[in-house]
Amino acid sequence: MEYNVKVWRQKNAKAKGHFETYHVTDVEEDASFLEMLDILNDQLIRKGVEPIAFDHDCREGICGACSLYVDGRAHGPDDQVTTCQLFMRHFKPGATITVEPWRSAAFPVIKDLVVDRQAFDKILQAGGFIAELSMDAAACVGCGACVATCKNGSAMLFVAARVSSLALLPQGKPEAARRARAMVAKMDELGFGNCTNTRACEMECPKHVTIDHIARLNREYLKARFSE
Amino acid sequence: MADSKLISKIPEGPLAEKWSKRKAEIRIVSPNNKRKLEVIVVGTGLGGASAAASLGELGYNVKIFCISDSPRRAHSIAAQGGINAAKNYQNDNDSIYRLFYDTIKGGDYRSREANVYRLAEVSAAIIDQCVAQGVPFAREYGGYLANRSFGGVQVSRTFYARGQTGQQLLLGAYAALNKEIAAGSVKSYPRHEMLDLVIINGEAKGIIARNLVTGEIERFGAHAVVLATGGYGNAYFLSTNAMNSNGSAAMQAYRKGAFFANPCFAQIHPTCIPVHGDQQCKLTLMSESLRNDGRIWVPNNMEDVLKLRKHEIKPSQIPEERRDYYLERRYPAFGNLVPRDVASRAAKERCDAGYGVNETGLAVFLDFADAIKRLGHQRVEERYGNLFQMYEKITSSSPWEEPMMIYPAIHYTMGGLWVDYDLQTTIPGLYAIGEANFSDHGGNRLGASALMQGLADGYFILPYTIGDYLSHKFAEPKTDTNAPEFAEAEKAVLDRIEKILAVKGTETVDSIHKKLGHIMWEYVGMARNEAGLKKAIEEIGELRKEFWKTVRVPGTNEEFNQELEKALRLVDFFDIGELMARDALNRKESCGGHFREEMQTEEGETKRDDENFMYVGAWEYKGEGVAPELHKEPLKYENIKIATRNYKD
Repeated sequence: MEYNVKVWRQKNAKAKGHFETYHVTDVEEDASFLEMLDILNDQLIRKGVEPIAFDHDCREGICGACSLYVDGRAHGPDDQVTTCQLFMRHFKPGATITVEPWRSAAFPVIKDLVVDRQAFDKILQAGGFIAELSMDAAACVGCGACVATCKNGSAMLFVAARVSSLALLPQGKPEAARRARAMVAKMDELGFGNCTNTRACEMECPKHVTIDHIARLNREYLKARFSE
Repeated sequence: MADSKLISKIPEGPLAEKWSKRKAEIRIVSPNNKRKLEVIVVGTGLGGASAAASLGELGYNVKIFCISDSPRRAHSIAAQGGINAAKNYQNDNDSIYRLFYDTIKGGDYRSREANVYRLAEVSAAIIDQCVAQGVPFAREYGGYLANRSFGGVQVSRTFYARGQTGQQLLLGAYAALNKEIAAGSVKSYPRHEMLDLVIINGEAKGIIARNLVTGEIERFGAHAVVLATGGYGNAYFLSTNAMNSNGSAAMQAYRKGAFFANPCFAQIHPTCIPVHGDQQCKLTLMSESLRNDGRIWVPNNMEDVLKLRKHEIKPSQIPEERRDYYLERRYPAFGNLVPRDVASRAAKERCDAGYGVNETGLAVFLDFADAIKRLGHQRVEERYGNLFQMYEKITSSSPWEEPMMIYPAIHYTMGGLWVDYDLQTTIPGLYAIGEANFSDHGGNRLGASALMQGLADGYFILPYTIGDYLSHKFAEPKTDTNAPEFAEAEKAVLDRIEKILAVKGTETVDSIHKKLGHIMWEYVGMARNEAGLKKAIEEIGELRKEFWKTVRVPGTNEEFNQELEKALRLVDFFDIGELMARDALNRKESCGGHFREEMQTEEGETKRDDENFMYVGAWEYKGEGVAPELHKEPLKYENIKIATRNYKD
């Protein structure tokens, strides 16, 4: 199978980026999307073109490393999957596929499709230490699709997943108020936007974390503010 | 006779008292002195994250390094099924001794009694620690923690969080780590890759690392170094390991004098999604927990096999009497829950005999029809929902309607850096924990025991034992990274990078790595023999030469360069592959995951040679192009009666 891949190229964080379109050939029907990029990179290297940089690791949908915006959707045109679990059978042969990095002020581009997501680590370092419903929230892989999808660039779903998961467990109650306040404050400080309940994050979340958890975060946050 | 270079430091006394005795002997560093000491931890999976968090909380100054953008991406996150602990919550007569016994037996009598007993002993504390951190383990209706069974075991002692146990345990350890990072006791270096170990006066004193964003080569000093860098299964190219998992840190330590133990012991996991073509770069595991309720079979006649391959019939249309549930047939006592090595070889045996059920002939069925009938849709959904979803996304076939297709794939490496009872390598000040060491799983690891070992080492063993070494070091000044040993190591790293970039050949790194993978799978895979292993050593040598003539790595060192990262790792995979083949050639017996065709029973089961091979084979590096030297640590079984592994009755 053959495809045209229109992809964001950017040398480094400071350089100006642009789109390039490449033709990729000999893609097997059962190939995954990232295998298609591997094949394209192999073909580019042999032609003397620098390969496309992209983050990936486990390739089984759990590590949260892969982070592509494919045809206008975080993790591409399938539901409840990360990009590594997206398969080429979802694309028409010969189609032009647009691939971009996560777009968010809080996730600056490092190179091509690779972005810097240390902001997420920093939010968690601000708090969030210490079951079925709790597990629903705990399923978050920290990929950042929610931020990349949200028109406000909000990290509310990511923060809510952690706060809500812990709020639903019996332990860690004494720290709950401080946790909610500190994590929300850190999120604001890092430049993430706020939530206007469009539910786009929920649509694109590969692990189907729902905005019910944002409601719980809001409750936890309000409680924390009143108890200040 | 014991080798003078391998001093295992196993405490004297009864088995159950050894760890208490050792803990009592260990010197403790006072809090004010801990503040003066620095420790480097490389790797942030379960072992590294839990060790770094514990050391930070104890008051040491810790630096952690990971190759990903965040510690949370480490491959422990992909572990699905669960973590073992001898809690006996099911009242099924489980105990520390039984977990110990199962692990030694599962490892085919090639692991140390004292280490394994300690692992079983601390297992219960791990669960308490994780619950306190907010790990959402599965619970029964009344709120009690739930358990399930795993292979090679007749009790239920596996704790789990859906099919995402590794993820939830790692998020717990990562949260503990985040707390220390926020407190300033741990400094985190994400997107940094260790490229050499620095030794000063015979002791590990630091590392050279490459900043993967800028390409800068940086020096880091410490009073001790801990490697928690996982296994080397990606030597096979295709494995269930994450794409970036590699054995380079262990190889750097090996070249600097750390002995490498039992490299040939690699685990082949029986339940992976079969290979679909030659463009694939990663195999996906389907959790062993599926064998609790799934039944493995192939047709018992060629007629159905051929029809299946031509898609003329669906597997569900084949009636019971035309099926061969070969694990239940061969191993009635354990059935579908035999250990991984046994299940893998049995699948290979059926496929070699021609009964493979897909076009390539390399697949068997894992069927849930009976389980769905017995338990109902909802209970099966609760237990395996996310695994069924994952399978369907990948294969576009629904396990609710037709059985899964599975085949064995490389999954885990039991071999690793040789360590003593304190988890210290043969280099003073260098420790290895988790999959990176060799110590607990012998010739075969039982399911749900990797998470147990990673967290046992990181939370409860290393933080104590490293104190004994550091108690001598607090008067020493901080390591000076301007020392000539750092300059020398840094230069060697830069030379290696320059040499790779200078080849400017025609072949991509992956295409050469795939060739290495073919050699490894063909000759050092599920079945090995003398001629094949000799051939592997020769072919790896040829391929290494080809690499240095033909590889093409675009770009420069001074930038984000993923091709360069892969090339540096591949250079080490050549050496690991060769060492594995050498060790497999030496070990003229079949045991655990190591199957020498020359050594099998009439029924095709493994045949150990306890008289000649009941030892740990530890290899000492002797220089580039020189054969390494084998040292032997004899294994003594004082508490377990050695037997032939029997899963039949």
